[in-house]
Amino acid sequence: MKIEGRIWKFGSDVDTDAIIPARYLNQSDPKELAKHAMEDERPEFSQKIRKGDILLAEKNFGCGSSREHAPLALKAAGISCVIAKSFARIFYRNGLNLGLPLLESSEASEAIQEGDRVRVNLTTGQIFDLTQKKKFFAKPIPAFMQELIGDGGLIRHLRKKGLK
Amino acid sequence: MTITEKILSAHAGKKRVSPGELLNVRIDLALGNDITAPLAIKAFKEIGAKKVFHRDRVVLVPDHFTPAKDILSAEQCKILREFAKTQRLTHFFEIGECGIEHALLPEKGLVLPGEVVIGADSHTCTYGALGAFSTGVGSTDLAAAMATGKLWFKVPESFKLIYYGKINPWVSGKDLILFTIGDIGVDGALYQAMEFCGEAIQNLSMASRFTMANMAIEAGAKNGIIEPDEITLQFVKPRTKRPYRIYRSDREARYVEGREYNVSKIFPQVALPHIPSNVKDVREIGKIEIDQVIIGSCTNGHLDDLRMAAKILKGRKVAPSLRLIVIPATQEIYRQALREGLFEIFLSAGAVISPPTCGPCLGGHMGVLAGGERALATTNRNFRGRMGHAQSEVYLSSPAVAAASAIRGRICHPEELVKKQ
Repeated sequence: MKIEGRIWKFGSDVDTDAIIPARYLNQSDPKELAKHAMEDERPEFSQKIRKGDILLAEKNFGCGSSREHAPLALKAAGISCVIAKSFARIFYRNGLNLGLPLLESSEASEAIQEGDRVRVNLTTGQIFDLTQKKKFFAKPIPAFMQELIGDGGLIRHLRKKGLK
Repeated sequence: MTITEKILSAHAGKKRVSPGELLNVRIDLALGNDITAPLAIKAFKEIGAKKVFHRDRVVLVPDHFTPAKDILSAEQCKILREFAKTQRLTHFFEIGECGIEHALLPEKGLVLPGEVVIGADSHTCTYGALGAFSTGVGSTDLAAAMATGKLWFKVPESFKLIYYGKINPWVSGKDLILFTIGDIGVDGALYQAMEFCGEAIQNLSMASRFTMANMAIEAGAKNGIIEPDEITLQFVKPRTKRPYRIYRSDREARYVEGREYNVSKIFPQVALPHIPSNVKDVREIGKIEIDQVIIGSCTNGHLDDLRMAAKILKGRKVAPSLRLIVIPATQEIYRQALREGLFEIFLSAGAVISPPTCGPCLGGHMGVLAGGERALATTNRNFRGRMGHAQSEVYLSSPAVAAASAIRGRICHPEELVKKQ
């Protein structure tokens, strides 16, 4: 499974209030949430994002609340993958459950720059910075999780499989 | 094994488990609120589930944007109400019997020692104070748990935090946990179980213990936990007839990390913007003037917290132009505070008293901040924009520091106003 997109670079401890402020949580429409993704941190985010863009961050991405609206907003905004040094626990689980690929790589997090074009191979865990011509490796995403991501998340995956 | 490992292993039908192991765990209770449950209910229907696994064991608490602050919030609550009705849920807490979920569930005896509780709210870790394994999850996980009564978990490594020594005047569980987060950082216990122990913990009230476990998530932990003792049982016994089990960590239990804190060296703490680990001793922060003080939330809206605030506010008035908002966490706490005459003290001081709600903690309603404003709150998070405008600031403290600061108009140590606790 391959992904290619432009990088949006963020720092450490990006919290769920930054990803989607609680003032927009009085509804859960993905399109509506996407309009306000990263609004307080980068007001231009939802306007300038292109489908397939990749979000890059440092440590503890997604800390704070359990709101699944956070990965939902990023995914609906067009983010195809998040690469970080580490993820906060609940965000990690929520992201994968929604079919948003998440990769951990300290080297990639440090070296890749804002605006770089990056190609990610989820099967091998290879992250290739096409702008800098540099390669990095994250732990690959296991086959069952790739299938789940391909199906669009845990719920759709379960429905497809006909499981309860 | 540690207490966390023992509870998880018992709920997975195993004799032994070790950190890193993946388990399919039986859930005793699954919780959702007006923000997270609508998505979970949608997912529940999408997987084709017809009935919740047990109508006594799925709890819905519309507490965040309630009493409904706008039409959209009202629609969210309606989704919960209708689901509770069709599923014949025993525990749906409508306005009038509602409260902030993490104060309400223990108060109603719905969570007990040794149980496994999941909630689509990050502060679900609060119940660890009762010696339960409890953790926050997202809406999809809640949907799966509501449908099956089970959820997979990786057994966390445990981080042992020992607190010893005599606690100083005006120091509470809030100060101990803020100090700890300041020490280990917001990801200092990432994915781990924080086990709070030592004589100073044994001497803490139940309210202070809830506060500590509540903020384990602010150090990135999966759960916070305290072994049950006499104080726990005194709290639990009058609230339930259900059986429960007490687990304790073995002497030879393995910990990935450990810290010891001499609490006699810990004084009232304040977390400065914009991260809960930016913690300082209140006497070392200089002159910080504030526009608003919030006393409440799942972290510090307990009766003990209101009593502490009242002790300081009694006979005094809040600083001119400062707004003090007091939010009892549950209907029962509200009633008891009223009976004890605390409301008279708050009202005379110039405070406004809100019905139980998460409200301002997450910038929802009942005290949202404008650009450039600064609040001191007894809540749990001070991320940028947490309580409103992206250019506002949130400081975190105990109820004692919050009450004293409301009088002074700037963040201060309670001893500036009251000599003896």
